[in-house]
Amino acid sequence: MSFASIHVPNFMVQAVLRGEPQLRDRAIALVEGAPPLVRVVAATEAALRAGIQLGMAKLQAQLCGVEIRPRSRTQEKAAHAALLDLGWSISPRIEDHAPETIIVDVAGLASLFGSHENIAHEIVQRAAGLGLLVHLAIAANLETAVQAARGFPGITLIPAGEEEKCLSSLPVRALSPSVEALETLDRWGIRTCKELAALPVLELSERLGQEGVRLHELARGASTRSIVLAEPCELMEEEMELEDSVEDLEPLSFLLGRLLDQMCTRLAARSLAAAAIRLKFELGDLFEKDFQVLAENVPANFASGEDARKIYKKVLQLPVPMRDSKMLLRLLRLQLQADPPPGDIVKITLAADPARPRSTQGGLFVPGSPNPEKLELTVARLAKLVGNANIGSPELVDTNRPGEFRMTRFVPETNETGFRRRNRIARKKAAAGATASGANSEGALGKPMTGCRIFRPSVPAAVELREGCPAKVFFRGLCGRVVAASGPWRTSGDWWRENSWHQDEWDLEIEFYIANAGAGGAAGLYCVYYDSDCRGWFVRGVYD
Amino acid sequence: MAANLAALRSKVELALAGRVAAPFTYRDRKTVTTVSTGIPEIDSLTGGLPRGALTEIFGPPCSGRTSLLLSALGARSAQEEACALIDGADAFDPHSAEAAGVDLRKLLWVRCKNIEQTLCATDLLLQGGGFGFIAVDLSDISPRLVRHVPLESWFRFRRAVEDTPTILVLLEQESNAKTCASLGLRLESEGARWARTIPTPDADFVRHSLIWLLGGLSARGEVSRSRGQKTGEVYSGDGFAPGIASDREGIFTTRTDWDYLSWSRQNQNRQKI
Repeated sequence: MSFASIHVPNFMVQAVLRGEPQLRDRAIALVEGAPPLVRVVAATEAALRAGIQLGMAKLQAQLCGVEIRPRSRTQEKAAHAALLDLGWSISPRIEDHAPETIIVDVAGLASLFGSHENIAHEIVQRAAGLGLLVHLAIAANLETAVQAARGFPGITLIPAGEEEKCLSSLPVRALSPSVEALETLDRWGIRTCKELAALPVLELSERLGQEGVRLHELARGASTRSIVLAEPCELMEEEMELEDSVEDLEPLSFLLGRLLDQMCTRLAARSLAAAAIRLKFELGDLFEKDFQVLAENVPANFASGEDARKIYKKVLQLPVPMRDSKMLLRLLRLQLQADPPPGDIVKITLAADPARPRSTQGGLFVPGSPNPEKLELTVARLAKLVGNANIGSPELVDTNRPGEFRMTRFVPETNETGFRRRNRIARKKAAAGATASGANSEGALGKPMTGCRIFRPSVPAAVELREGCPAKVFFRGLCGRVVAASGPWRTSGDWWRENSWHQDEWDLEIEFYIANAGAGGAAGLYCVYYDSDCRGWFVRGVYD
Repeated sequence: MAANLAALRSKVELALAGRVAAPFTYRDRKTVTTVSTGIPEIDSLTGGLPRGALTEIFGPPCSGRTSLLLSALGARSAQEEACALIDGADAFDPHSAEAAGVDLRKLLWVRCKNIEQTLCATDLLLQGGGFGFIAVDLSDISPRLVRHVPLESWFRFRRAVEDTPTILVLLEQESNAKTCASLGLRLESEGARWARTIPTPDADFVRHSLIWLLGGLSARGEVSRSRGQKTGEVYSGDGFAPGIASDREGIFTTRTDWDYLSWSRQNQNRQKI
């Protein structure tokens, strides 16, 4: 068995730097606490060199000329999640040891990555991709690996049986003893693990109790325990709290781009993609008037509840799982342009529904279809142009109401197997149809159906009746004589609802009195109906 | 003599440098692939719809433009190709489209409100690429407005689909694309067909002793422009024959069928009174 312990030194600072990489070269000090007791809790090397000390008051720290930032627990949470993703990208067996430390079971990975050295370099490289600088140690003993990763910088490889020797130079403080035990050991002059391991365990037990025995085992690299496996989390989330609220789309896009980059790197680390992106904005204080407007206009985007009015939500459903951060940013931008958040944003939460990436194999006999990612972007742009309700695939509704349909999402299928199956079914149908039509009539076969163009909404008309049949029709400023008529075809339905209908439909061939009527046509074939509820005539469409 | 020719050649090449890569290099004749419209008469007249080119179908209302469009959409969607319809006046009828055999799941319908939206949507769709068939329906937009669309717009559309398998079809009342269209098809109405039905017991014969059904409409087509015919480009048929544009007088008659309407009316529990 071999274990790799991955430790993120100065975790609080690294969590902030992961979210804001431009701060990496600056001297940063993180502060925490309620005013006036705001103290420095972490700092970069540069800040420490500038005179910053942990526990220093914020006012004193400001005098050192370093950049002061509040500690961000949300970013620490995201950094910890990224660290876990790093572990799962290497091995399915990992232990969530501490917020800044994880343990990965690397046994059996030689066939994938090669030697332990290669595994270590791979992990460090992947961690850098996630924005984390890590210390790493690989050892046969789990606890030894943890202590070595915490105590030694860079990569430490400990051969089996040499744990005690490797840990000898490690300070006792790295074993995380209690304050009392550390003071006692300090008084004895015990500073390193080598000195601690040299002490007789029985006497140590008499003086320090069970903790003494534990520390002795750790110092010798003899502590043994099993790995406690962590469960992979299904939700991927990135959060960002903003010191200054953001209102405009441009700076917001910049922040979203950064979060999406982090998210996509995490998804890539686990060989996953996003099936949907859930965006949540925490809005700043709004005026009472704004609340009323929000409640009336866009209730769907706002969570319910007392404080929920300040939460703005947006879900970006993707046709295929994708993890291209630039593409996702464009789609989010288009959505936000169409429906912008109605206030200043103080916190951004970005969550992804993980899914397996799309894996398709193109076929020689499959017709080309739009690239799903590109298509989604095109559809989003078109939706911005014509409105969401005006784009998609029409779907007929199971009702008798004339002209009823609904718009659905356009998703072209590119599956070769499905294509072949449908082709087979179509061929069978065609063969069956040919047989049946051959028996019936040969004239109907091969003739195209007459198309109909619908007027939306229906055009009001005035109709003159003669013996119950339309004889003259007036609409759109035109007057025409009915040459031939078919009807009335009566339809009605939904009488138990408010929007019931009751219509008498006629197919009319109309000859207009004006020569250039209907923009070039002197005669036309129209679908006209009498609405019994409205007591009026309307032109539904024209046959073309 | 040879030296003079070489000097002249190099001079021409130098003058055209940057604009024409190799002015004296022989270019193979372009092979244009065509596909069936779904109407045999139109196919034999035009040779089919060319891929990678702009096809213009124009004519007055009730001249069969929509029937032809639905037929072409049905043929393309049956071949599992992604189709798009940019509807300039939101006049598309999904019911008659489905009856014409259009697989609506394969159709992206963009419902525009004016000509500006229509042109902009066309640009976006052509840029996106990947569609096998794109139809731009300007039939219900006033010809006066369509006339004002600058020629470079049609030229841009033509260039956007060049060297792609996309069929771009433009439907309008008058021809506007001019030389940008590889195929121009003028349609004219030949009148409606009416059929007499067999009297049924539930019909009220006191008021209407003769019951008539709309049998369809007739249309006449004429090729107004065909780049393939004039330049002698090679057509290769796709699923129909023959693939060569007809040299006949260019007039055809097609009739539409209304069986689906009577079927739907029967299925919608309509009552003849």
